Amino acid sequence: MPERQLIQGNEACARAALAAGCTFFAGYPISPSSEIAELLVRELPRSGGVFIQMEDEIASMGAVLGASLGGRRAMTATSGPGFTLMQEHLGYASLAEIPCVVVDVMRGGPSTGLPTSPAQGDVMQARWGSHGDRATVALAPGDVGEVYALTIEAFRLAEMLRTPVAVLYDEVIGHMREGVVLHVPTPEEIGRRTGPLEPFSPSFLPYAPDAHGVAGVPDFGRGYRFHVTGLMHDERGYPTSDHATVARLLERLERKLDAVVGAVPPERYRLEDASVVLVAYGIVARAARAAVDQLRAEGVRAGLLRTRLLWPVPSDAVADVVGRAELVVVAEMNRGQWALEVERLARRSVALAPYLKAGGSVITAEELADHVRSVTRDEVAV
Amino acid sequence: MVLEVVRKETAPTPALGTRARGRAHAREVVPVGQPTAASDEKRLLRYEMMPHMLCPGCGHGIIFEAMLRALARRYETLDDVAFVAGIGCSSRVVGYVDACTLHTTHGRPLTFATGLKLARPELEVVVVTGDGDGLSIGGNHLIHAARRNIDLTCVLFNNEIYGMTGGQLAPTTIPGAYTSTSPQGNHERPFDAAALVEAAGATFVARAQSYRSREFEELFLRSLDHRGFSFLEVMSDCTEYFARTNRLGNGADLLISQARAEPAIEEDLAGRPTLQDVPARPVRPVMPMGVLHESSRQTLEEAMGLSGDRP
Repeated sequence: MPERQLIQGNEACARAALAAGCTFFAGYPISPSSEIAELLVRELPRSGGVFIQMEDEIASMGAVLGASLGGRRAMTATSGPGFTLMQEHLGYASLAEIPCVVVDVMRGGPSTGLPTSPAQGDVMQARWGSHGDRATVALAPGDVGEVYALTIEAFRLAEMLRTPVAVLYDEVIGHMREGVVLHVPTPEEIGRRTGPLEPFSPSFLPYAPDAHGVAGVPDFGRGYRFHVTGLMHDERGYPTSDHATVARLLERLERKLDAVVGAVPPERYRLEDASVVLVAYGIVARAARAAVDQLRAEGVRAGLLRTRLLWPVPSDAVADVVGRAELVVVAEMNRGQWALEVERLARRSVALAPYLKAGGSVITAEELADHVRSVTRDEVAV
Repeated sequence: MVLEVVRKETAPTPALGTRARGRAHAREVVPVGQPTAASDEKRLLRYEMMPHMLCPGCGHGIIFEAMLRALARRYETLDDVAFVAGIGCSSRVVGYVDACTLHTTHGRPLTFATGLKLARPELEVVVVTGDGDGLSIGGNHLIHAARRNIDLTCVLFNNEIYGMTGGQLAPTTIPGAYTSTSPQGNHERPFDAAALVEAAGATFVARAQSYRSREFEELFLRSLDHRGFSFLEVMSDCTEYFARTNRLGNGADLLISQARAEPAIEEDLAGRPTLQDVPARPVRPVMPMGVLHESSRQTLEEAMGLSGDRP
């Protein structure tokens, strides 16, 4: 049984990558994510892994995709400005179905912003940062232990669904130290890469989907000769501009990610009879949980829906919880990003009063409880 | 007469030893110039990708055929050879090779190739790029790949223009040349790609021409054999945009203009009036061809302790 250790969020992320079988990291230094690279550069070569510091984040993401096509479990870690530079290659990975994991330790933005202050400003970037219609996966751990668990899960999902998976957490989680048990994941938790179902032949189709809608693209240099492109392609992998083929491809790439929703369920805290529902993720959820306890002590029927999955949105869970509430408070450290999704899923009669804070400091339980008190006093009788 | 490639060798050719990478499906190399079986290189083509998208007279087709000839001399099949390309006319040719082919994003093929090579050092990784792809949007990656001396072969097709997007100014366009984004004539100085990459640390640098594809073929094989970052610039011609906009004639005229830009043979062509020289129109500079730099130093994979040998 592994022992409890006092470690930092970024360290937990790097440990999880190693536990999940990651053998390739390419990155570029950026606060507040650099500890991930600094740990992996020491650990990876010991077990046959490869670490390379590239010339920028565009190159880092390119190298990750090249290594992944070579058959490695590959990742990078960055923060907002670097995540922006990676977006074109993330779109490429989605379309060409190349597995990879990108950790974004969020800081205040836009631009260089607040390099070492926490924020949750990259939620929409993780969804719409790359051009074109593209479905994405983004996980949002809420503490150091969950950084470990969800980074392992990110690799499993990326390899199984052959898609980029982003892990988003803020600077506080990245630098906070907590006592966690780093359990050794089971083979099921690590998962397997979806690969080709048949041996190579001249009629082999590298982009033919399996029963789950995932293309079993082979690794390079394993006896399969095939083409990979960022152009729209048919099942042979060859460029096409046939409208029906392209429409089918885009729909499949979106549909195959439906499996993620069931794999990363939200946490429901004191929601059974809740009329005031707080919705939060990441570090904010810790304050929201404390705020729920404070409000409950005062007789307010408050509860928390903590999502660990930002994209795709767990629509059914959100709609269910929000549908039974009278007041919904989305709390996040930005100007209102995931709040838009909750608003989309809420019925018209629900009162929405998001608590938004962008500026580089965390949301506290006291200010969140105060916000709920003032809203309930002013607007609705709960 | 037989025309010799001008060589400016700065170091003697080092003994490189036997190379193991990409050789699982290799064959005894057939010397350049010695005939192979008729149409031997065509077995390496992907016919289902035809018709190709190159324009009539485009130099890229000549270069591509020479690449295939070289590969056919060395390999039975290309199972362990990966071609990585960016975006542009040159980059499209990798799709026509029956190998592991990766058509990446604009300017970034060297980044994908770096990851692939470090992940799988035993593979032969060839990057195909263009002057816009490799020297403009991807210039940063080019100098860093050269600096690292990673064991890749990078072939840069230089047609001095952006062909795929409609003939815009490139960082290699010669001064005074007209393009769709330099209608007053190019005001900028072009890059000397070979000099740039040599300065950045590449250990094999050569320049060839579509005009003399046999020499290109030989230089391509030498690039593949070199241990370390090999950079092979090959001068090509865009008939559709560069030639038309600058009234330089057809594909054949352009090949002669390439010949006249090379010191070893310009004399032989001095009396040939075929080139449609127009006064005040840009003229291609004379530039050295052949192996421009060859040296030996530790590769990135060696420094990282990664073995390129097959078990």
